[in-house]
Amino acid sequence: MSESIQSAPILSAEDVHVEFEARRGGGRARAVDGVNLDIAPGEIVALVGESGCGKTTLARTLLGLERPTSGRVLHRGAPLAYTSKALKRFRRDVQLVLQDPSGSLNPRHTVYDAVAEGLRIHGDVPDERERVADALSRAGLRPPERFFLRFPHELSGGQRQRVVIAGALVLEPNVIVADEPVASLDASVRGEILALLLRLRDDLGLAALVVTHDLGLAWNIADRVAVMYLGRIVETGPVEKILTAPEHPYTQALLSVLPEAPGSPVVLQGEPPDPTRIPSGCRFHLRCPVLASSAAAAAGVDDACRGTDPGVLAGGTATQVACHYAVSLAPSEQSP
Amino acid sequence: MALLEVSDLTVTYRTAGGDVPAVRGVSFALDAGQKLGLAGESGCGKSTMALALLRLLPKTARLTGEIRFDGEDLLTMSWGRLRAVRWAGASIVFQGAMHSLNAVQRIGAQIAEPIRLHSRAGEAAARKRAGELLEHVGLPARRADAYPHELSGGQRQRVMIAMALACDPKLIVADEPTTALDVMIQAQILTLIESLVAEQGISLLMISHDLSVLADTCDRLAVMYAGRIVEEGPAAAVFGAARHPYGQALAAAFPRIGDPASRRRPQGLAGDPPDPAELPPGCAFHPRCAVRLDHCDAVDPSLWPAGSGEGARAACVRVLPDDGLSLVPAAKESA
Amino acid sequence: MNGLVWARRRRTAARFWSQYRQNRAGVFGLVVLALFVLTALLAPVLTADNALSVTRPPGSPLQGPSADFLLGTDRSGRSMIDLIIWGSRVSLTVGFWATFISIAFGTLFGILAGHFGGWGSSLLMRVTDWFLVMPSLVLGVALAAVLGRSLTTIIVAIGVTSWPTTARLVRAQTLAVEARPYIERARALGGGHLHVMSNHVLPNVMPIVLAQTTLMVGSAILTESTFAFLGLGDPTTASWGATIQAARDVGAVSSRMWWYILPPGIAIVLVVLAFTLVGRAIEGVLNPKLRER
Repeated sequence: MSESIQSAPILSAEDVHVEFEARRGGGRARAVDGVNLDIAPGEIVALVGESGCGKTTLARTLLGLERPTSGRVLHRGAPLAYTSKALKRFRRDVQLVLQDPSGSLNPRHTVYDAVAEGLRIHGDVPDERERVADALSRAGLRPPERFFLRFPHELSGGQRQRVVIAGALVLEPNVIVADEPVASLDASVRGEILALLLRLRDDLGLAALVVTHDLGLAWNIADRVAVMYLGRIVETGPVEKILTAPEHPYTQALLSVLPEAPGSPVVLQGEPPDPTRIPSGCRFHLRCPVLASSAAAAAGVDDACRGTDPGVLAGGTATQVACHYAVSLAPSEQSP
Repeated sequence: MALLEVSDLTVTYRTAGGDVPAVRGVSFALDAGQKLGLAGESGCGKSTMALALLRLLPKTARLTGEIRFDGEDLLTMSWGRLRAVRWAGASIVFQGAMHSLNAVQRIGAQIAEPIRLHSRAGEAAARKRAGELLEHVGLPARRADAYPHELSGGQRQRVMIAMALACDPKLIVADEPTTALDVMIQAQILTLIESLVAEQGISLLMISHDLSVLADTCDRLAVMYAGRIVEEGPAAAVFGAARHPYGQALAAAFPRIGDPASRRRPQGLAGDPPDPAELPPGCAFHPRCAVRLDHCDAVDPSLWPAGSGEGARAACVRVLPDDGLSLVPAAKESA
Repeated sequence: MNGLVWARRRRTAARFWSQYRQNRAGVFGLVVLALFVLTALLAPVLTADNALSVTRPPGSPLQGPSADFLLGTDRSGRSMIDLIIWGSRVSLTVGFWATFISIAFGTLFGILAGHFGGWGSSLLMRVTDWFLVMPSLVLGVALAAVLGRSLTTIIVAIGVTSWPTTARLVRAQTLAVEARPYIERARALGGGHLHVMSNHVLPNVMPIVLAQTTLMVGSAILTESTFAFLGLGDPTTASWGATIQAARDVGAVSSRMWWYILPPGIAIVLVVLAFTLVGRAIEGVLNPKLRER
């Protein structure tokens, strides 16, 4: 994989900020607060974080469904234009798979209609039937003709998600953005859908950004992982490195609470804080176990944790961590 | 003596299209203070069974068998006695806490209601107890004045647990208590349930599709497929060394991070769960089984001692002395 | 692909019918409706040329039921049966056109307001509210004064005052549909506003509109009768409401001329009931929440 990762990114976020007007005058919510992220052709990147961390907003921004307040989205190196014509062209290349396959299919459309929808929007009519059949069989629904006239409610959850994936594949995109693609599926079906995403990468060179709260999913299929906390990516790098030797205390905590994780779990208390009130200094410092355990003070970074923003991590494929303590332990790794 | 003893429980739904067996002869026992995890995919009958335990099923469901709770048979119990058991004996925590809470009532009042009704405590005493319960599940007592929509998903699940604890039950049935919650919140809730159960000696029946979560929380595990328990035993034995191919598939579904065997190799199970109205002949799992034998469509094995650990059993011909071949003609005669 | 599409449509229609058939009241309503529609279409065949003539009426005025006139005659000597037959034309025409106006405007504005949101939507909904509180009778009186007493006036008055109900309903349904993930998926596939509105929102709103339509035809017919009864209708047409008004004028109630009042009254009740039953039945089939599980 490492060779393909070196090539120019196909989709990137460049210092993307997305802000929302909070309801009832609660100020502005900084859902995405400065993110650089590159996705190379054929690469599977897992964007991991808790709900409310801004990962879904970032994914929607990368799809052009949300406009960044500042910063930009680059598609094959060119900034994404938000005219309807440019967006339509963009969407042939970058496709979406949502979490809830039951909700992502119009209950009144047959499988055929659901898959052909993209083709019809883009006006590719001539060989519609063959392309729909091809996409369905690539998504593992074989023989495709058997599924043409089925309605979503006649399918199992796994089959529905395959239909959604086929609907994305039919446009022959190069990137898929999948938001929690297996979160609402049964354990036994989960592996099948993940294996499908991996096979699509191997067969078609499809790149994917998989948004998830499930670190096991990242271990199963991703090449690279980016951990997001409160609007920023706090640690990123190859899956083998980040998931086995994490440096950011947040990543460490996430990994420690997994059911079979070795050692005692570090259960962070409280809810992830509110994006309308991002703490100053390191945004994680109020919940940080390293700061609480005075290890940070011993390393002499506690003032920095409370007062200095560790900054926005760069794009690219390098291993990076936005943590004063981790940087103080291994300063050499952070130099570019 | 076991606190909960289920023997040969069947639940059949009567529908326009004929009888649909949802639970087909399930037996298990749960001792006081013990934690049992029940795993299986949607449609395997695990939620139906949870509801059956408190006789919460719709009228179209027909139950046979026996459910003994504290020595009394729940299926033949009078409605008055059943109500008492539902309040004080056994509580249920559902998934989707948003829908199980009344949206227009403050949570404090919702927790206080069963206390007031059941223990005939005064308004003030019930409110005080509700505040204590909230503190107990890790929410400040002043949150009693909040409405459900003002709470996050994890907080709502805590409220549900507080409600379950309201009348000091002996048994808590938790149906997917952490599904749809983030890992960190899931960890918080699981730690909370574990500590409450340990402190108060409550028995726990936890239902989930995630075997790894169950293995982490429970003492014993049972795996259900198509309305039957196909594997049971001590948690470590079932999760680490399942003998039934379905148990193995569920155990492998969630990878161990750092395990090179699962890196870029997600493990799934091909095919879909069977339609309970049209179960395949023989072993209900055989159409999806990767290691099936020729006679698997003729033999429907029952639980048989297998694997390590006390009371470990599996319902697969492969654990039988001769791969269950001796059962083939008998099965065909009876069919 | 056409074969496939037709096969699917046939299947959908067959499934719809098999579910509809189980609703006995709905089937009854459908039969009654079919009879009335048939009657309206065949009115010229079923009645004599001079059936509606006041100058050359077929019988003498205010006769009770007899072998010649099964339901008697009106004050001009016309057969009550013929009046009912011709009245069905008026009722169905008014019902159809008023409903058409109401549904067309209501669906259009409802979907637009629901889809686009923002200040445009708020403005549209305020306009809707304005029409919602306008009493149709008062508007009818005013319109009759300006446009003259005619069927068109009645149709416009009913249509203009009844579309806001549809618009509100459609907007609510549009908002519900727009929140579904498949709308997000359609947008990510590259679908624009028109695609989303016509391919996703409209088909999901149609069932409600359809049910609303049948219910509205009934109420439009009722309103037309009210207008005619109040003397706002076209004096030259023989609508059911006009017939009842004529009956009242000659004091049919006090002189016990039941045949003058009951038949048009029963006809109105039957048609409105039939539309309501059909509407409820359609609603039941299309809205799975009302269906028994």
